[in-house]
Amino acid sequence: MSKSPIIQISHISKIYKIYSVETVALLDVSFKIDQGEFVAIMGPSGSGKSTLMHILGALDKPTSGEYILDGKNVENLTDDELAEIRNQKIGFIFQAYNLLPRTTALKNVTLPMIYAGIPKEERRERAKKYLSLVGLSDRMLHTTNQLSGGQQQRVAIARALSMNPSLLLADEPTGNIASIQAEEIMNIFRKLNDEGHTIVMITHEADIAQHAKRIIHIRDGKIVDDISNNKQKKIKS
Amino acid sequence: MDYLELLLESIGTLTLNKMRTGLAVLGIVIGIGSVIALVSLGQATQQAIQLQIQSLGSNLLTVRPGAISQGGIRGAAGGRTTLTLDDAGAISTSNQISTVKYVSPETEQRTQITTGSNNTNTQIIGVIPIYATVHNVTIASGNFISQSDIDGMTKVAVLGPQVVTDLFGENVNSIGESIRVSGQTLTVIGVTTSKGGSGFMNQDDIVYIPLSTAQKQLFGTNYLSSIAVEAKSAEVMVDAQNEVGYLLLSRHNLKDPTQADFSIMNQQDILNTVSSTTGTFTALLSGIAAISLLVGGIGIMNIMLVTVTERTREIGLRKALGAKKKVIITQFLTESIILTFTGGIIGIIVGIIASYIISNLTGSIFVVSPHSILLAFIVSAGIGILFGWYPARRASNLQPIEALRYE
Repeated sequence: MSKSPIIQISHISKIYKIYSVETVALLDVSFKIDQGEFVAIMGPSGSGKSTLMHILGALDKPTSGEYILDGKNVENLTDDELAEIRNQKIGFIFQAYNLLPRTTALKNVTLPMIYAGIPKEERRERAKKYLSLVGLSDRMLHTTNQLSGGQQQRVAIARALSMNPSLLLADEPTGNIASIQAEEIMNIFRKLNDEGHTIVMITHEADIAQHAKRIIHIRDGKIVDDISNNKQKKIKS
Repeated sequence: MDYLELLLESIGTLTLNKMRTGLAVLGIVIGIGSVIALVSLGQATQQAIQLQIQSLGSNLLTVRPGAISQGGIRGAAGGRTTLTLDDAGAISTSNQISTVKYVSPETEQRTQITTGSNNTNTQIIGVIPIYATVHNVTIASGNFISQSDIDGMTKVAVLGPQVVTDLFGENVNSIGESIRVSGQTLTVIGVTTSKGGSGFMNQDDIVYIPLSTAQKQLFGTNYLSSIAVEAKSAEVMVDAQNEVGYLLLSRHNLKDPTQADFSIMNQQDILNTVSSTTGTFTALLSGIAAISLLVGGIGIMNIMLVTVTERTREIGLRKALGAKKKVIITQFLTESIILTFTGGIIGIIVGIIASYIISNLTGSIFVVSPHSILLAFIVSAGIGILFGWYPARRASNLQPIEALRYE
């Protein structure tokens, strides 16, 4: 698997400054992720893993360091160019789901496609396809407040997949749901990875991390180890 | 993302949170509606006052006896007995006078009037038939004072509608009834049509009787309290004033106009005084309108700021999913425009209805000024759109994650 790297970060630091108190979230982090990888980032809370994920997803900018996303230096891109990259290339699954409130599952999934300018009919077809994929074909017209946490998480996954992005970033995708549902979601991720999607996932559960092919441990804003996972967990059929 | 899609998306988000949308629209409705209602109330009042002044008669000069001036103390105007029926006759017949159309000698007094069971204190005016023409008095039923009433010194009276209501009750036919004034019994021969007005200016609270009856039988005086002179046109008012003035000076054997024992009031003077009063009134109302526009505007500003700022997270999410700044700003701008226009149109309707109700309740004229509608609408819509656009722009300039974290 010697493809070109989709993510290449070097010497990334992120420092938050609140009332002149500086908090270091990330300190001199460097790594690269090739296309087709399935990476789990692990670390205790406050280790900076979410911050790292937001930077990888072009939702936030690092204080210093260089981030090359799919061959482009993020620093040189305008807000709108970044929006387009997020729309076309990155599927982001938030820990807090971040769905539009009081809106149907179907509408939530079509949202990125609206911004991509995909025609209405195709949007609906694709939204239905991905909602079925995550097992919500019977919940499409439910509004988000009528769905359970696990169902909302799956709507968020369907939304992240709707633009068929090459890079899928997931922040604690199984954090708020029961373990059976967590397994289902991991199965979906494994299938997507087999289809060639690059997946980067944050988790604090070792069990979930075992689904990934590579595990990066992070603590106090620094990488402590970066190992490839040879005994990738078997998918239950 | 084309514009139709954007419009549908905006309408979609607006219908999503009906409470929020409703409150925003209500804020705009109240802002615009109150301005329109207040301004039209003010204008109606102003027009009503002007119409009343005009109903007193047109191109009118009023000659009144001069004030009594004794030992440096100046008494009330009209207190002196200097004008006579002969003065009035001279004005209408003299060859020195060329610009006068009608002359109406009048004598008036406030008196108690009684019927069998009721009584009222009102203005009694002794008139000749031409009074009706000069002062725009029209008859609702019966007849006005005629020349034969003057010649025969008959004991008749024509009542204003307010007097009829006070003495006999509403919608009662009072023709042929008797009223008692200063020990004399008068028969009602006519009722005038309503001219409106209230209090001091009430043109309906008047009793007209023949001038001769008034002078000889009721008041016992040969003097007049005023002579109304109608000029031939508005252009010759000043000439008429001069002609009448010099004629009366020479008749009273006075040389110096400063010694005149009478005064001539031009109706234009009254109109000018009144319009400067109503001008002050308009300024007051404009002030109220400006304040209500300001208050309404601040209300609109608040609701827009709050509702759009509340949606900072949503803006962050939309950006995270690939919405470009322009798309977000256009969406929020579209929403603001829909809100302010919906609120604006409802506000205009509410304002007009409110003005109509007020005018009905107060019995004033119903006027709606297009200027106030336009001003209220433009200011409110401008504020609504500005404060819908500004927080949306601010939020769309944040990094998506900052907007998503916004509390």
